[in-house]
Amino acid sequence: MTYRSHIHFLLNGQPVTVADVAADQTLLDFLRLNRRLTGTKEGCAEGDCGACTVLVGRLADDGLTYEPVNACIRFLASLDGCHVVTIEHVSGPDGRLHPVQQAMVDHHGSQCGFCTPGFVMSLYALWMETPEPTETQVETALQGNLCRCTGYAPIIRAAVAVSRYGTPSADHLNTEREAVIAQLRDLQDGQRVVTGPADNQAILPADVDDLAEVLADHPKATIVAGATDVGLWVTKFLRPIGPAVFIGHLTGMKTVRRDGDALIIGATATYTECQDAIAEIFPHLTPYWDRIAGWQVRNMGTVGGNIANGSPIGDTPPVLIALGAEVTLRHGSDRRTMALQDFFIDYGKQDRKPGEFVESIRVPCPAPGQRDAAYKISKRRDEDISSVAVGISVTLTDNVITGARIAFGGMAATPKRAAAAEAALLGQAWGEAAFDAAAAALPQDFQPLTDWRASSEYRMLSAQNLLRRFFLDHDDAARAPVQLATA
Amino acid sequence: MKDNVSIRGAAHTDRIHDSATKHVTGAADYTDDIVEPVGTLHAYLGVSDVAHATIRSLDLDAVRAAPGVVGVLTAADIPGHNDISPTGQNDEPVFPTDKIQFHGQPLFAVIAETRDAARRAAELVKVDCEVLPHALDPIAAQDAGYPHVTAPLKLERGAVDPAFAKATNRIKGRMEVGGQDHMYLEGHIAFAIPGEDDDVVVHCSTQHPSEAQHMVAHVLGVPSNAVTVNVRRMGGGFGGKESQMNLFCVVAAMAAKKWGRAVKIRPDRDQDMTATGKRHDFVIDYDVAFDDAGRIEAVDGTFAARCGYTSDLSGPVTDRALFHADNAYFYPNVRLVSHPMKTNTVSNTAFRGFGGPQGVIAAERIIEEIAFATGQDPLDVRKANFYGGKGRDLTPYHQAVEDNILDRLVGELEDSADYRARRKAILDFNATSRVLKKGIALTPVKFGISFTATWYNQAGALVHVYNDGSIHLNHGGTEMGQGLNTKVAQVVAEAFQVDISRIKITKTTTEKVPNTSATAASSGTDLNGMAALNAVEQIKARLVDFAAEKWNVAPDAVQFEPNQVHIGDEVLTFDAFIKQAYMARVQLSAAGFYKTPKIHWDRASGKGRPFYYYAYGAACSEVTIDTLTGEYRVDRTDILHDVGRSLNPVLDKGQVEGAFIQGMGWLTTEELWWDDAGRLRTHAPSTYKIPLASDRPREFNVKLADWSENRELTIKRSKAVGEPPFMLGISVFEALSMAVASVADYRNCPRLDAPATPERVLMAVERLKAAG
Repeated sequence: MTYRSHIHFLLNGQPVTVADVAADQTLLDFLRLNRRLTGTKEGCAEGDCGACTVLVGRLADDGLTYEPVNACIRFLASLDGCHVVTIEHVSGPDGRLHPVQQAMVDHHGSQCGFCTPGFVMSLYALWMETPEPTETQVETALQGNLCRCTGYAPIIRAAVAVSRYGTPSADHLNTEREAVIAQLRDLQDGQRVVTGPADNQAILPADVDDLAEVLADHPKATIVAGATDVGLWVTKFLRPIGPAVFIGHLTGMKTVRRDGDALIIGATATYTECQDAIAEIFPHLTPYWDRIAGWQVRNMGTVGGNIANGSPIGDTPPVLIALGAEVTLRHGSDRRTMALQDFFIDYGKQDRKPGEFVESIRVPCPAPGQRDAAYKISKRRDEDISSVAVGISVTLTDNVITGARIAFGGMAATPKRAAAAEAALLGQAWGEAAFDAAAAALPQDFQPLTDWRASSEYRMLSAQNLLRRFFLDHDDAARAPVQLATA
Repeated sequence: MKDNVSIRGAAHTDRIHDSATKHVTGAADYTDDIVEPVGTLHAYLGVSDVAHATIRSLDLDAVRAAPGVVGVLTAADIPGHNDISPTGQNDEPVFPTDKIQFHGQPLFAVIAETRDAARRAAELVKVDCEVLPHALDPIAAQDAGYPHVTAPLKLERGAVDPAFAKATNRIKGRMEVGGQDHMYLEGHIAFAIPGEDDDVVVHCSTQHPSEAQHMVAHVLGVPSNAVTVNVRRMGGGFGGKESQMNLFCVVAAMAAKKWGRAVKIRPDRDQDMTATGKRHDFVIDYDVAFDDAGRIEAVDGTFAARCGYTSDLSGPVTDRALFHADNAYFYPNVRLVSHPMKTNTVSNTAFRGFGGPQGVIAAERIIEEIAFATGQDPLDVRKANFYGGKGRDLTPYHQAVEDNILDRLVGELEDSADYRARRKAILDFNATSRVLKKGIALTPVKFGISFTATWYNQAGALVHVYNDGSIHLNHGGTEMGQGLNTKVAQVVAEAFQVDISRIKITKTTTEKVPNTSATAASSGTDLNGMAALNAVEQIKARLVDFAAEKWNVAPDAVQFEPNQVHIGDEVLTFDAFIKQAYMARVQLSAAGFYKTPKIHWDRASGKGRPFYYYAYGAACSEVTIDTLTGEYRVDRTDILHDVGRSLNPVLDKGQVEGAFIQGMGWLTTEELWWDDAGRLRTHAPSTYKIPLASDRPREFNVKLADWSENRELTIKRSKAVGEPPFMLGISVFEALSMAVASVADYRNCPRLDAPATPERVLMAVERLKAAG
């Protein structure tokens, strides 16, 4: 079949064509080293500080969406067909400061200034989406941006004041929107892209069927969806990833839809793209979802990648296992579906054959009488990896516990159900004693390890206490809140 | 006689940071943004993967053979001295020759055509070594018989042993206080460009250009006049770039001279965090005697610090811990001893507060102990022990506290924060709330201003007035975000009575002002503002003489007014006046100088006046903890802080807000964690957690004590602001402690170490519950 050997995209409104793009070429290095756009900074090269934040505009069903992402772990190849906007393109063509920039200046939102371009980009995206944000919305938008100087107060003041400086409708990204959409549509030629040196190839399949074909030919290829983990293999560990098959652009696997009594999440749907459906069907997951990484990572990372990656500390597996999720894998035109909990075999080992890929996840909607919770404990509240995470689903029939699904992350080599704790609950009357018994049974399920995130002792104790929290949270007799306010 | 027209950017007015517009547009250049000459090479450090070992050999063949590699630098390639000890102790090699002393220690540098090639090649070394046992923390080091890295300090006053012998009440305790990584957003970087003869120019991100210059000269074996160090701005410093940039500067300069090409070195974040020093961790043992009212009778404190494998700045850091172990409180009898312990960890260094915070938190723990023991509100115990007048004004180092304003400052904060009523409400809340518990604490800070190395308290500046009336300002201080350049420019604008836009602020360079001190110890504005003012006064004196003679008026008839000069009855624009002065051959350039008066310090006797003055502040924080998980939130913080007569209130407020959050981070979520092999495992933002926007107090009220004025003749009666408010974060720690104590009805002072991570909070809760 024919394929394209270069990528093309828009950079700050200008068309760019790059041939021979290696799989592990990052957007940040391309911007700084190849284009000398040095306003975008490297702070950590792992997607945690936000100094490299840029906007990526991409075509979706509902038009053109601009999202803040981390350029440090974003691979250049994945930008094919997108519009990349850097800090150098924020001021208008007349050179006047953008409303976000002027608000930052007037509110003294910069001190050393190194993190500032990243903050401006995140706040730019927020302002386009939510021109008059609450402080909580600002904080959520800035979970992926670290500032070591200001203590954030002046940045928050600037963020809530931006709307006084201008309206998004007058912004050049909006006034030029139709033209950019037309340009990006022109770039969509439906071709597979194969680029880069032979030992470091980047492959962008044309569609999902083409992906199946590519993987059949390259069964050992690295599959890259959001790159929020694979990016670190490159930037931190200097690991070769070629050939890499990029799938983040495959709209055919981005579908998030309700199918009867379940939610179907396509493997390349980002956390952000799932957010509305999660809020509607699984409202208990909304505060949990907001604590997955930072905004930039939620705009890149996918639920499918979080599962396929197999990490014992991924955020979504425990809560999805508790909800009874299933995962569908595809190889060529063959598909198989399994309970999500069975996908995780051991540390670093999943039930995925070479050439096979995660296609979708099916999450059953809560049944009547089902009580659900999702809890995450981390050293820092936001943008941190969990010490312990848990999804709990308990079904009550006439005040007797007739169903219990409890899955923990951070407690074992894989995301894993707490069989003994579940057994302790089944058949018991709803009450504190049942949950104390479940907590007492938990050491039969887990012997967690000690590391820099938490000690074994703390992991076990807090995991037991999360079962107690679940009871207090859901007990009708409870009067006082038992959890810290989310906002 | 002034009319009501005033200049833009006068002293004591709010003024944006001079680079603010460049910050928000990405146009502010940091070292990595400087255009590279053709042929620029890149260096990267190869590091050890054991904590302690005798080196047999380094096999660098694979490194040399790697793609893109130009060469390597080892200890054998050093043309001058293999030493970058900033205090002249000759204990810190650039690269070791015989011993590996910590995990991640730089052993060599590889130079390659690209940074990526250098990084990859650096991993290919084979180190043949004999592994030795290691000691990671100060207690393990003491147990293993490790030496002090530098001479300990003892401060003593009064009759300590007799006071303990007749103590009314006595409590002994131990507290462990963790270190802290600077986590400046811009990591270390140096970029050297070779010149003719021995010359080399180094662009870098250091707080101490003169020291970097001297170190490069020392290591290259050339005179200092061959080396120029330039710093336009840093992406944050916080003390982490005071001495730690030396390594990168000397490597870049050595490589640049050896290969005759520009060389840049920029470690990745992980190497930046593992190979450069941090705030010192301390283990503090305290013994306090106090009367039934809670008044302190005597204090005996021992401060053991994790200094790492060399002295670096550990001497003055541990000294400053002792200087601040009294915080705001008078100790009638006191003995304080430091143990700067050698450990097999990276050599710890300066960090905002420079040991002071570790001293202050000890004082605050002692107060808390007394409050729990006597059943009092800790604020009452604090007030009862504040420095008072004669007889209660001597510090442990025999300096009299003459400028104490804490009675007023704390009183005002107590009222504005509604401390008493809120504490009562919290006690009521805790009595009925099952899972969530609250705490509140109001803690003060008194912080001594001056380098305790007395000779550091000097500064220079260079001011040119060009014949078009524009002004070029240069001084020895460095800009790391604190707004130093803006404040010094305001001083110059005020003195000349010209708009600040007329003043060009330029990069710091050793070519313009020699022998400068580090921009550290909060002293940047105090020292450089005065030096710049001195330069302006020299030029103004020449201008006044010129005008008095030419217009034939008395000198006091020459007045600098906003953007103009009034001479007798005549008024000239500043530009026109300068043009005339130039035509009359008046020298329009001056080098200014300043040295801090009054200070002296005799370390051997532990007596003197190390500090010119003190800065004060107080914070009141309220927290809620979850006793099931140890998670917490800071509900509200109120701050009242003293910056004397502020040169720029809005920038000073920014320093206070930022320092508080950084101090809170130190004591809450920022945890340095080493594994048994001696490897630091929290070495990037993914594992090392500094505060985020959502960690801010839910309500955050920050005010400057606008009535305060420095008693001493500092620049415009202002006070230093960089470090003192860092210690306001202690209010969060003590509020957490109160919330923890509630689970056992406040009978015991919780054993809570820092940082108080959710884990430490929960475990402290469990210990109290278990003790019943």
